[in-house]
Amino acid sequence: MNFLSQITLPATLDNLSEFIESVKSCAKKQGFSQKRISEIELSLEEVLVNIFDYAYKKNETGDVKVSYGPDDDNHFVIQIEDAGMPFDMLSLDKPDLTADVSEREIGGIGVFLVRELMDDVQYRRENAKNILTLKVRN
Amino acid sequence: MELSKKDVDGTVVVSVRGKLDTVAASEFEKYIVEQVDKSENSLIVNMSELIYIASAGLRAVLAATKKLREKQKDILLVGLQKTVKDVFKIAGFLSFCKVFDTEESALEQI
Repeated sequence: MNFLSQITLPATLDNLSEFIESVKSCAKKQGFSQKRISEIELSLEEVLVNIFDYAYKKNETGDVKVSYGPDDDNHFVIQIEDAGMPFDMLSLDKPDLTADVSEREIGGIGVFLVRELMDDVQYRRENAKNILTLKVRN
Repeated sequence: MELSKKDVDGTVVVSVRGKLDTVAASEFEKYIVEQVDKSENSLIVNMSELIYIASAGLRAVLAATKKLREKQKDILLVGLQKTVKDVFKIAGFLSFCKVFDTEESALEQI
């Protein structure tokens, strides 16, 4: 079993690039392609920004923990944990991608991208935490 | 992210370079919506040096497109790199964003 690296920082947009750079450099070391690294970056950004925006109430600060690394099955795994309000992004409906521009809404597109780009996305609520696990193969 | 603009015979061409992530997207949205508000013409956005776009960047493109459509005008995107184009495609944006290889070919459509 490989041990995952971890980074824990307050859930604010200021910390976005630090989370992203840590995970990207690890994926790079694992030999993941430029295309895959870009997809990992986008997926992680979308998940984190959702947490930054909605997980914690205003004036309340909370942390996000991101664990990442290879598993035994040739996947790159990214686990994102927060202690905010329960939120299962997998429960959201798929956005209507055929609607006319005037009716097109942006909500849900970030989540949709994550589900399309990653090979596996799992959510669980455990010990008052939201835990989202993304898996991707090279 | 770097932004610049030029006027080609009454059509505004915005160039966005680098990374259009969530942090950069609000500045980008303000910038292109401002160009749309000031002009009566379609908007060309050159993305040939854009290497990354997140959904917040798509939101900016959608906001600008909605405003353009009120004037029966379009958004024309130029030079999308593969990774950026894939994001537009997955999000279903290529049904309303016109895509061109070069600024010249986009300008001919105006």
